[in-house]
Amino acid sequence: MSFDVTAIRDQFPILKREIDGKPLVYLDNAATTQKPQCVIDALVEYYTTSNSNVHRGAHRLADEATRCFEAARDTVKEFINAPKREEVIWTTGTTESINIVAHGLETLLSPGDEIIATGMDHHANLVTWQQACKASGAVLKTVPVTDDGELDQVAYEALLNEKTKFVAFPQVSNALGTINPVKAMTKKAKEFGALVLVDGAQGAAHGWADVQEIGCDFYVFSGHKLYGPMGIGVLWGRESVLEDWPVWRTGGEMISTVTLQESTWNVLPYRFEAGTPNVADAIALGEAIRWFSSLDHDSVVAHEKALLDHATKLAKEFDGLTIVGNAKEKIGVLSFVLDQGHPADIGFLLDRQGIAVRTGDHCAQPLMARFNVPGTARASFAIYNTLEEVDALFVALKKVRSMLA
Amino acid sequence: MALPSTEDIVDDLSFFDDWEDKYKYIIDLGKSLPEFDEAWRTQERLVKGCQSSVWIQPSSDQDAVKGEVLLFSVDSDAIIVRGLLGLVLAALNEKTPQEIIDFDVTAYFEALDLERHLSPTRGNGLRSIVGRIKGIAQAAV
Repeated sequence: MSFDVTAIRDQFPILKREIDGKPLVYLDNAATTQKPQCVIDALVEYYTTSNSNVHRGAHRLADEATRCFEAARDTVKEFINAPKREEVIWTTGTTESINIVAHGLETLLSPGDEIIATGMDHHANLVTWQQACKASGAVLKTVPVTDDGELDQVAYEALLNEKTKFVAFPQVSNALGTINPVKAMTKKAKEFGALVLVDGAQGAAHGWADVQEIGCDFYVFSGHKLYGPMGIGVLWGRESVLEDWPVWRTGGEMISTVTLQESTWNVLPYRFEAGTPNVADAIALGEAIRWFSSLDHDSVVAHEKALLDHATKLAKEFDGLTIVGNAKEKIGVLSFVLDQGHPADIGFLLDRQGIAVRTGDHCAQPLMARFNVPGTARASFAIYNTLEEVDALFVALKKVRSMLA
Repeated sequence: MALPSTEDIVDDLSFFDDWEDKYKYIIDLGKSLPEFDEAWRTQERLVKGCQSSVWIQPSSDQDAVKGEVLLFSVDSDAIIVRGLLGLVLAALNEKTPQEIIDFDVTAYFEALDLERHLSPTRGNGLRSIVGRIKGIAQAAV
């Protein structure tokens, strides 16, 4: 099946915008992707026709809202190949998903237990484990990153031992684009009986979110990096682990019975969904996943690889540019620094030319310290980007470099 | 080096039609700011933005109160921010505390058509620096 990027672009109204009279070139997709019209329509449709609170209320709107909300959960279940729909918990996003796991974990750990995270993680998948260690007396170990921007697998194996109770790593590095060997890493952790969390924030948008294939215990991701709305995300947990996992937030919806002194908890998934859930965004995320899944997966991967290959080639030919992160397996992320100019200068002068990139530490300060840079400029590609946009990035960068010289 | 006056800056910048010339002017202003002592790049002087960092040497740690006016040294690791800091210093350096308090930085940046650099989303620390200078002035009245 051929891949018609023009037809895809037509579905994203925001891509028609201009910035200071120049066409928007949006290359900040690792921060958040834009939304296709069908996702925007799903939100409008929900508020226009079915808005109601779910799982309560004896009326038609409540029925419809509940049905759509739970159907979206089924869509997620299929998408990540979860064994059961009850294992799919709605959250506000990756950060909250990790916090739910971390807050439960800290009550299960004993002093001397070990958690392994990585030097590549964004803060959501690092600070949370630091806090869990502080609260429980467990020790945090981190997997070092090689010069190419890969996780050092030899060092990882050396860190694993009988005291390792929990391992967390990203499927894909947000700052470098490195695709980690999550299946192999999970297998190694399982040899020591550790629980494994895979942070799919950057991985899910590339369609490799098969939790049974990976073999992990927890998988987390955000909707907004997957062409869905902001404020909605998913925590998937293996039922046998999740059903006894300590609850974090308490309140309505997550209870079974309540007296003035005592309460009992509801069953999965509701025991982790206290309060009124984000119904509209959950439904719209379901729509985003349906839309994304309708595309031919191999063509999507090939298109993103072509964008990355073209960008990498131009970057290597560009005077004074250093790519940060040269892993063998990467998603469409080009992180770089120039010999002249701070990343913030680069980002600003690109913006003046209509080109949106991310600059800074990418919420991964330890990783920036590892590469001895204050931050990088990062162009990250999505399915609607074109080779011409990659060319435009480098034409604009040439002007940036001459202005900063 | 004496910075141009704010009136001169508003005049100079209004002369440019092209964004490139305008930002070259800002970059040159950044380059012409007096050098900031490396040793001053400390945590206490740092105003960290998520994209770039800004340092300020407040008048309290050097004998900066010269007669009636307050003196500041500032720096950033990003050259455009350094240039924008030059615009701020042109307005607020070597001024009396009352002059600093009375100066409307937002209106000045609007006159330069650069007000978006003061927006809280820029993450460049410029807004915080203005706040800090104004705070020092307030404490000195």
